[in-house]
Parts: sequence; structure tokens; C-alpha cells
Amino acid sequence: MKKTTAIIASALAVAAGLMSMPAKAEDKKWTKVTIATEGAFPPYNLTKADGTLDGYEIELSKYLCDHMKVECTIIAQSFDGLIPALNAGKFDAIMAGMSATEKRKEVIDFSMSYGSTGQAFATLKGGELETLPMKGELFSLASNEAGARKAVDELKPLVEGKTIGVQTASIAARFIDEYLKDVVEVREYKTTEQHDLDLVAGRVDFVMASMGYLKTAVEKPANSDMVIVGPRFQGGFLGAGSSVGLRKSDPELKALFDDAIAAAKADGTIKRLSEKWFGFDLTPQ
Amino acid sequence: MDIQFALETFWSLLSALPLTLKLAATSIALGSVLALGLALARLSGNLALDLFARAYVFLFRGTPLLVQIFLIYYGLSQFPAVRHSIFWPLLREPYWCAVLALMLNTAAYASEIIRGGLLSVPHGQVEAARACGMGRFMIFRRIVMPQALRQALPGYGNEMISMVKATSLASIITLMEITGVAAKIISESYRVIEVFVVAGVIYLAINFALTRLVAFAEHRLNPQLRPPLPISAELKGEAH
Repeated sequence: MKKTTAIIASALAVAAGLMSMPAKAEDKKWTKVTIATEGAFPPYNLTKADGTLDGYEIELSKYLCDHMKVECTIIAQSFDGLIPALNAGKFDAIMAGMSATEKRKEVIDFSMSYGSTGQAFATLKGGELETLPMKGELFSLASNEAGARKAVDELKPLVEGKTIGVQTASIAARFIDEYLKDVVEVREYKTTEQHDLDLVAGRVDFVMASMGYLKTAVEKPANSDMVIVGPRFQGGFLGAGSSVGLRKSDPELKALFDDAIAAAKADGTIKRLSEKWFGFDLTPQ
Repeated sequence: MDIQFALETFWSLLSALPLTLKLAATSIALGSVLALGLALARLSGNLALDLFARAYVFLFRGTPLLVQIFLIYYGLSQFPAVRHSIFWPLLREPYWCAVLALMLNTAAYASEIIRGGLLSVPHGQVEAARACGMGRFMIFRRIVMPQALRQALPGYGNEMISMVKATSLASIITLMEITGVAAKIISESYRVIEVFVVAGVIYLAINFALTRLVAFAEHRLNPQLRPPLPISAELKGEAH
């Protein structure tokens, strides 16, 4: 009898412990945050020759962490494993030029956007696609879907039968899948740097990636033959822009990041840092 | 574990099976020819050939296959001379770059396995064959090679299994073989366990079939290890 009572008592204690846990998590005070990035997606994040991380997001994260009054550690890992690793608790936040898409929102939470560039094409100088029309024009899939589709229809005959390189699981890959799949051959790469190498080598005819990325890519000496061509697309499933990826179970951390990003927008930090790293203002409107 | 999702994944991954098999079969076939050449070079007694084969094996066995694939695909294409050479139509294609890397790599390992097989043939047999008046080529064909093959087969079976698994590295140069498709499905669905379990099962099935084939070949090549056939009834009467 005594034994049974003891078992029931300990079971109750465990149950009480379990029940009090969510309450504890809610007022969890964040003092240390581990942020994961890719380290291979300049100018968002890049690895310098000495192995240290640098880039727009690295500098911005320092500002955000100061504002949130937390101690941050930044680690680098491959892009396609970021979301599973976040949910597995390997780190607390993702800042890797990751767009807040609907599909990703099913699995993780996002802060507000800290930068929006749109997706653009790049090809080789002197190539057939160098004269792609609508250069620099911006089409939003959210507010002007019909216009975007019309632009794509205009591009279709020009890119028919060409090979395009995109990063696996990127929003550029999704864009090609939705709009151009029936006319182009798609090759998927682990990193955007790899599709640049193949563009220069002539294995693919053009690539699609974020405008912010392409702008720095074409400035690299090895990519001197690369040019940005054709229209830009943003909005809709292309996402509102890059946001901090967070676990759904950490709403208080999301609140902290939202607050810090709003402050960075308000005091011009995003404008200053994006002009430094991208050469144009990324402040999301 | 979501069974419905795992089944869908299974069918998507199965569509990539032909590419995996093609990569493995082509590179093993081409690699075995190169391996035999290298093993013969090692045993030729010609110093230049011997040193070349040693250096080759040292280089390809001592560096990771992943690095070799990267260097052949992204490395070679950096040189305009390569891009303007007659090899470019082949090197331009990720498939042939992968085959080339896998073939060069397996040749290094397999040449050592074949060399071991060739060395296992007792020298006395070669001398006996020579005494019977056989020429060098005939000795090789009738005496050395059949026994070397028998000795090398278990080790070579291992190497073939390694190659089937090594094709998974081809996904890093845009080839959508089983692992490439699996990685794509994971990055779209964020479900790691189901996809990799299914991919693992497919590799397991390929290698099961392969090990059965190797076991069958071993059985055929080793009549001396099989139990003797039962003596027929007519002979039984006459035996004593």
C-alpha cells in the first residue's frame, strides 16, 4: 500500500513538473542565442580567407544582438540542412539570406523581413541571352501577378531549350518550376557559387538567383564575363525578403528579433549596412 | 514515420535508380579495364611502368573521392585550354565527369586487388606451364588469370559495393541520382528520416542483388570447393 502511494505521488510530481514546463518556457529569458548562417552566400554571409564569417547578416546580427541584449554565437553550416537542424535544436535562429516563404512557414517561424532584393537572371557577356528584354524592371508576384506572367511569356521563346542553373530548394528553383519548367532544362546546385562556375565554364546558359547575390557575384574577377540581364521578380512565393528563421516554439525570441529589426529599420542601420554590402538600399517597405 | 509519404518518396527515388545503376555499371566496367592495365604495369618488371602505376595508386587512393569529383568537374573547367580541347564535349557533361572520377578512383583500388590475385598464383605452376611449351599469353590466359580472378573476386566484390555507394557523391555535381533526388525532397519537405530511410533501403536492395551475383560467380569459379556430385547408380554396381 505504501509503495502504491509512493508511486502515485511520484507520478503526480512528474505530471506537475511536465505541466509547469510550458509556463516556464513562456517566460524564458534569452541570454545566449546561437545563430546559424551559410557562410557561402555573399554579400549576405561569407567566409573570409582566414575562415572568419563576414557579410551583411553578420554585421546586422551584431546590431540586433546588442539591441536584444543577448550574447550571440554565429556558426556556419550548409543551407539545405538549416531548417531541420533548427527544429532539432542545434541552434536558435537562422540568418542565411533565407526568404520567408509560405512553404517554409509551415515548418518554422520567421521574424519580420530585414532585406528584400528580388530574383534576377545572369548570363555570359556576348552570349545569346545578353540582350534579354525588360532589363532591371521589377515585377511583383503579389501585387501584379498578371504582369509577371506576361513578362515570363515574353521571355519564354527567347530562353527555349536553354539550360538554367539554380540553387537546390531556393526560391529561384521554385520560380523556374512554376513559370519556366516546360521550356528550359534545369540544373540544381548546392551553392550559388557552383552555378556561377558552371555559367563561366559554359555548362549552363544562364542562372537565376537573388539580385543581391548576383550584384556581388558579377564583381568578382573570376566572373568578369557575367552580366545581370532581364527583369526582376519579387513578392508572393518569392517571399517578403530575408527574415530570421526561428522555431515555432520560441515566440518570445521572435518578439525580440522583430523589435530589434524594427529599430534597425528606424535608425537607418539596415539602409547603411545594405548600401555598404549590396550597393543599394534593401530596407523592406 | 509517415508511411504514405515514405511510399511517395519511394516512387520518386525509384525514378533516379537507372542513373545510379548506369553510373555504377559504367565506372566499374571502365575501371576494371584500367585496373587490370595498372596491375600488369606493377608486375611488368619495367621500372617506368611500375613507378607510374605506384604513383597513380598513391594519388587516387590517398585523396577523397569527393575532392576528385570536385576537381574534375569544377577544377578542369576553369582552364580555357580544357574548354577548347577535344575533350570538352565529354567533360562538359556532369555525367561523364562523374564516370571519369569514379572510374579513376575504383581503378586504383581494384588494381591492388587484381595484383594480389595475380601474385597468389604459385610460381611453380607458371614454370610447369612453360615446361609444357605454353607461350606467355597462353600461360596468362589459361593458368594465371583464371586463378587470379578466383582469388580477387571476394575483394573485388567489396570494391563494387563501395562503388555503388560512391555514386551518391555524384549529386554534388548536379546529377540527380538517388541521393541527389533524396536531398532535393528533403530540402522541399524538411523530412529527413523518411527520405533517407527509403534511400538507404534502395541502396541495400541494389547491393543485395550485387552480393548475390558475386556469390554466384564465386560458386561457378570454384568447382573444387563444391561438394562432389553424387555418383550415378550404374557406376555404383561396378565400383567394387
